[in-house]
Amino acid sequence: MKIKEILTSKEGEKLFLLGNEAAVRGVLEGGISVASTYPGTPSSEIGDVLSNLAKEAGIYFEFSANEKVAFEVSTAAAAAGLRSFVFMKHVGLNVAADAFMSTVYTGVKGGMIILSADDPSMHSSQNEQDNRIMARLAHIPLLEPSNPQEVKDLLKFGLDISEEFEIPVLLRTTTRISHMRGVVNVGKIIPGGKKGIFKKDPSKYVVVPQFVVKMRQRLQEKIIQIQKIAEKSKLNRIIDTGGKELGIITSGAAFNYVIDIVQEKGIKVRVLKLAFSYPFPEQKVLDFINTVDQILIVEEVEPVMEKEVLFLLGKHSLNKKVYGKLDGTLPIMYEFNPDIVSMGIEKIIQGKFKKEKTLKTQLPLPLRPPVLCPGCPHRPAYYALKKAIKKLRLNEKDIIYSSDIGCYALALQPPYNMADYCICMGSSLGVGSGFTKATSQRVIALIGDSTFFHGGMPGLINTIHHQEKLLLVIMDNRTTGMTGGQPHPGVPLDGMRNPAREISIEEVAKGMGAGFVKTVDPFNLKETEEIFIEALKFEEVAVVITKHPCAMITATENKKSKKKLRYKINQEKCSRCLLCIKNFTCPAFFINQNNLVNINPLLCNGCGVCIQICPKKAIEVIK
Amino acid sequence: MKNIYKLYLIGVGGQGTVKASTIIGEAAMRKGLNVVMSEVHGMAQRGGTVVTELKIGDAHSPLIEKGSADLLIAFEPVEALRVLDKISNKTFVVINSSPIIPFTVSLGISKYPEVEKIIEELKHITDHLLVLNAREIAREAGNIISENMVLMGAGAASPDFPLDKEIIIQSMQENLPPASWEVNLKALEGGYKKVQELRR
Ligand code: SF4
Ligand code: SF4
Repeated sequence: MKIKEILTSKEGEKLFLLGNEAAVRGVLEGGISVASTYPGTPSSEIGDVLSNLAKEAGIYFEFSANEKVAFEVSTAAAAAGLRSFVFMKHVGLNVAADAFMSTVYTGVKGGMIILSADDPSMHSSQNEQDNRIMARLAHIPLLEPSNPQEVKDLLKFGLDISEEFEIPVLLRTTTRISHMRGVVNVGKIIPGGKKGIFKKDPSKYVVVPQFVVKMRQRLQEKIIQIQKIAEKSKLNRIIDTGGKELGIITSGAAFNYVIDIVQEKGIKVRVLKLAFSYPFPEQKVLDFINTVDQILIVEEVEPVMEKEVLFLLGKHSLNKKVYGKLDGTLPIMYEFNPDIVSMGIEKIIQGKFKKEKTLKTQLPLPLRPPVLCPGCPHRPAYYALKKAIKKLRLNEKDIIYSSDIGCYALALQPPYNMADYCICMGSSLGVGSGFTKATSQRVIALIGDSTFFHGGMPGLINTIHHQEKLLLVIMDNRTTGMTGGQPHPGVPLDGMRNPAREISIEEVAKGMGAGFVKTVDPFNLKETEEIFIEALKFEEVAVVITKHPCAMITATENKKSKKKLRYKINQEKCSRCLLCIKNFTCPAFFINQNNLVNINPLLCNGCGVCIQICPKKAIEVIK
Repeated sequence: MKNIYKLYLIGVGGQGTVKASTIIGEAAMRKGLNVVMSEVHGMAQRGGTVVTELKIGDAHSPLIEKGSADLLIAFEPVEALRVLDKISNKTFVVINSSPIIPFTVSLGISKYPEVEKIIEELKHITDHLLVLNAREIAREAGNIISENMVLMGAGAASPDFPLDKEIIIQSMQENLPPASWEVNLKALEGGYKKVQELRR
């Protein structure tokens, strides 16, 4: 399939779509006019596809500076009567939380969907938070799809609910749904792209105490009304395989495991699949409970529904055994899979399932952690910084590397070991500033360009204002790298691929009052090292911007121009000093069976920076 | 065909594992079969281990239960050993004999077993082992980048594979730019032929 087909395929056709791609089709079929995001795995591909199609589809899409801004942009559109869509990874909702918690008070005019992609087991995240709890905290209706088809359909359904009750709706996916591919029957596209009109009404849109007291009341009434819809909704359905001993309540990806096991093993149960799960359809669940002897709750991350069920049993003085996370039938953390759910069910129904014996290898397996790409501009920046520190005879043990969220945090691995602390987007500066106050250790803060715009700027203002001695390295690779390469305010391109005003990081830092601001190309190792030396001698905040495009960008350019240089080791010149491997560690280098240093042509990006590292000039271009 | 055909692909970030899986999955859809697939994005794609799982047939979740894969395609030799828990002696295993040595080995933090040992170990587990040098076949086809197409072709030639070659080729063309078709087709055919020979 070509990405275009997400836009061009007609009602009734089938597409093999990623959950995230299906969300885009949902946007198109839902008549959405405005969409916004800050990229974050596992939600990023939604933005990539929208960026590709928005212009042609006639809808407005932007990569915002951060999730809070993205949220506010979509909120405004919804207030102006347009349908809008804001999406982010689960922790992105923390950044947007201030807006999230209040938008539910003001309400919306046009339908508004907030998609949160949670990441159980933290494949690409710093925590495992369950945003079903955020829905409850904010009193926002919650939908939980189980596959790409449902992502699309629930998105459209959510828009209707949102519009009817003038309330935003949260669509919660997880990694296994966002990154699951499945067959999707597409429906009719409703053109969006209208201009809205905002009708002034401060009592509805200005959250001052005078007004919010009433808004809170309205919200309560809405939630009671919406609960009635959830009670009757076909999205909450029962699958009966002919048993009443066990009833399973489940949602999201967990439903898939349950239903596959039930069908494969021929288990007789009743399954209640909840897709419209907040406001919790209490009566429906109660009726279900009354038809079975005991209950198993299969849900990922927090025991949210399990607690709802236990509460219901208490409220109605019912005595029924509830199995789930809280009694240890299923694990309390991490994502599930068919084997885990199978084991849980096995514990309850008597009789064992047939199992294959688990094979293990006797051989030691090499570690293969993610690494900075070959040709990555962060690597030479780190290399030069390390050399500068050595030249100045600074003790690395006394330096705190306050890192941030992005590829560059991968420098926590040897030989760099240059990430000591990292908690969230933009934290390198706030934390770095704190360390300078709390300790007498040196602090070097490292942040990427996109992360700087996202959450680093207030931290830098704070650090400059308090006149702390800190070296800030802004690693400007001209993109949002970790999430696959999206534009940000520092590049002259927007989410629709239109020209945009480029914000200069250098000017921003100078404008904030930094006394030392210099930009350098890290592929010039010598100059970079010299600038680092200068910066490290500076007594206040020194900002060094290492600016060079991400290896993904150069790889794409190489592909287009077909001018990629290829490199090899001249074995006659190579002294096997292994500097290139031990100190620089581009993953394209390896030592072969004959103990010779080699470059893997499949991995080498042709950047050529290693030539500057080899003391024997043994690295050569293949002619 | 069995009710559900389970296909597990493992490789290293950058090898095109996800693309190959998508092509297979879409081919299944074209044939009118249900198909679900799970893929990896994000951090792991930076040179780490990349896994995709596919179920063709009446399944809701793409995640493969322990010991139940019908076909394992390992794009890199040692990666096959990481997922032994997914296979049994009934699983067909297609394995690329060209290693990608991780930096941890070059740095001396970990060891890479000899490829012969890896193959030996797999031979003990399954009678259905098919070893090929996909990089070499891709090179002959015209571009080592097409390693993934070699392995996809090899997988398609394994017994019980539910889709025929033609539909895979069609799906390949739907998914890749026309300029790359010739090399990719050669690569795919190369892998297919190699496995046919091995099975003789
Ligand atoms: S740095 Fe140069 S001389 Fe030293 S091992 Fe690498 S290629 Fe050989
Ligand atoms: S040219 Fe050298 S540093 Fe650049 S990717 Fe190739 S091996 Fe790595």
